[in-house]
Amino acid sequence: MKSLTRYIIARLLLTIPMVFILLSIVFVVLRIMPGDPVSSMLGGHAPEKVIEQKKVELGLNRPMAIQYLNYLWQVCRLDLGESMVFKQRVTKAIAEKLPATIELSIFGIIITLFLGVFLGAYAADKRRMARDYIIRLYGIVVYCIPVYWMGLMLQLIFGIWLDFLPIAGRTGPRVFASTFEKTGFYILDTILVKDFSALGDVLVHLTLPAFTLGLVLSGIFLRLTRANMLDVLKADYIVAAEARGIKHRRIVYKHALKNAFIPILTMMGLQVALLMAGAVLTETTFSWPGMGRLLLERIYLRDYPTIQGVIIVIALVVATASLIVDIIYAIVDPRVRY
Amino acid sequence: MLYSPAKAMAKALSRFAGMGKKYGVEWWILVIGALIILAIVYMALFPGVIAPFNPHNQNAGPQLLHPGGEHIMGTDNLQRDVWSRIVYGSQTILRVAILAAIISSVFGITLGLVSGFSGGFFDRIVSLIMDSLYSFPGLILAIAFAAMLGPGVINITLAVAVIYIPTYFRLVRGQTLAIKEELYVEAARSIGASGFTILWRYIFPNVIATTVVVFTLNVADAIMIEAALTYLGLGLPPSIVDWGMDLAMGKKFLPSGQWWLITFPGAMISILALGFTMLGEGLAEILNPRLLER
Repeated sequence: MKSLTRYIIARLLLTIPMVFILLSIVFVVLRIMPGDPVSSMLGGHAPEKVIEQKKVELGLNRPMAIQYLNYLWQVCRLDLGESMVFKQRVTKAIAEKLPATIELSIFGIIITLFLGVFLGAYAADKRRMARDYIIRLYGIVVYCIPVYWMGLMLQLIFGIWLDFLPIAGRTGPRVFASTFEKTGFYILDTILVKDFSALGDVLVHLTLPAFTLGLVLSGIFLRLTRANMLDVLKADYIVAAEARGIKHRRIVYKHALKNAFIPILTMMGLQVALLMAGAVLTETTFSWPGMGRLLLERIYLRDYPTIQGVIIVIALVVATASLIVDIIYAIVDPRVRY
Repeated sequence: MLYSPAKAMAKALSRFAGMGKKYGVEWWILVIGALIILAIVYMALFPGVIAPFNPHNQNAGPQLLHPGGEHIMGTDNLQRDVWSRIVYGSQTILRVAILAAIISSVFGITLGLVSGFSGGFFDRIVSLIMDSLYSFPGLILAIAFAAMLGPGVINITLAVAVIYIPTYFRLVRGQTLAIKEELYVEAARSIGASGFTILWRYIFPNVIATTVVVFTLNVADAIMIEAALTYLGLGLPPSIVDWGMDLAMGKKFLPSGQWWLITFPGAMISILALGFTMLGEGLAEILNPRLLER
């Protein structure tokens, strides 16, 4: 376990340059492009003097290098600064929105794993049969459906035509906002206060967005699982199990899938970026108040500190998630040594 | 023997079917993908022949007309013909996606070659930057760039292109590192070939083949990103006809049940992306069966 700790520390240290590089790119590009927070805040007709004064107030009149160094020093103290447009700490704005995105992502990935892994394993078992080709076709087609369009179509079918699932927001109008003050993860919150009708409401609102995200990503996992299963099914221990007369279904879904699952786990770490991107698009389609909507809103306002903060936090979430996957990997498969 | 078009056609057809026998399903996947792309490229090249109306014509028919009759895909809230807008919209998405893929492949391949070949400090720095970009969600980066660059066809192309440079870079750099150790490169060096000659005449031709598949899949991905950006309202001025923008506009009419405004543009995005994905998958199987496990 000691080597694992060392590995975790090394990985955490490696995320620092990554965040730093992304931050620098965004910082520079934001400032050399036209538009700035002052003009978007005051509108185009504010007198020159007022604009200048506001710029001095926000520190935008100083040389870019100084601004950059100041900001870096601020980030090193784990402070993301204050929004330039609203009177609000950036950390607070993000803390309000991040749980929504994470909740959506977690449920999305659960659906993806279930669909992708089982369909993939089934297709591998029925290799080169009609069912295999149908499942693979599903995998390719579903991969090519843009997540926002999938969301719109599900909204249309289940929200409008069949009219039994809500198409926007995280809760209905009858749930009190005070229920959700503890963690921001609505499911956890409703369980903590034991409000089960609210929990039901939250779950119903989560269904369509989570399925949208889950369906679209399932194609990739289906393919990975199928490829890994094909390798595993050729292995000697599968032949041996077959020879011992163990039921075929048990061999495929227990012996083989367990071993095929390990490489899938590592791939999961790499798909976190894709998951976050999908979550952002799903959020806009379902009016889900998460990081994606925050980013889009603030980009229009040229709110530099918030945009930079969101980018940093997303980079950290991606890095942390892939680190967690690696740790699970080490625990699940005792052969792995770092 | 006299040249006979019928015979030549028959020969081509039999060769075509023979390929199908040789490569199996993958060949047909490739063919279907290519046909989809050809159909949409035809649409983009000769929109005037196919589209019954001008895409900007705000008097093509009644408002929000159901699909059927003269308007096979209905009309939108501004009385424009949806099918005509789809036909003209194919120009925008194809132009942006293919141009973006070309830009990122040129930059990515060049950087990958130079970085892998020269090694040392330069290689380390470039690799670090590329890995950082690669691990970050591409779409979010594209959103940031598109918003900062402002609307315009060139701007959205650049925003999409930026996020794929690392993909090419990683692929090409890895291959360059391997090929650089080959005996024939060693031989070229020993007879005094310059670094540029080795890179251009010996390494580049061996690297380029593998990027073909990546390029095709990249276009498929770029299609979905382009449409995502315009769907979010970033990237293009409203005077341009675009599937993503039509989708965003149709979204407003979803609660009132005008399904044709979102169904058709979205389906076209999927079909176009599917065409390039199928072409890429087929090519990958046929060019290098070990690249994707069957």
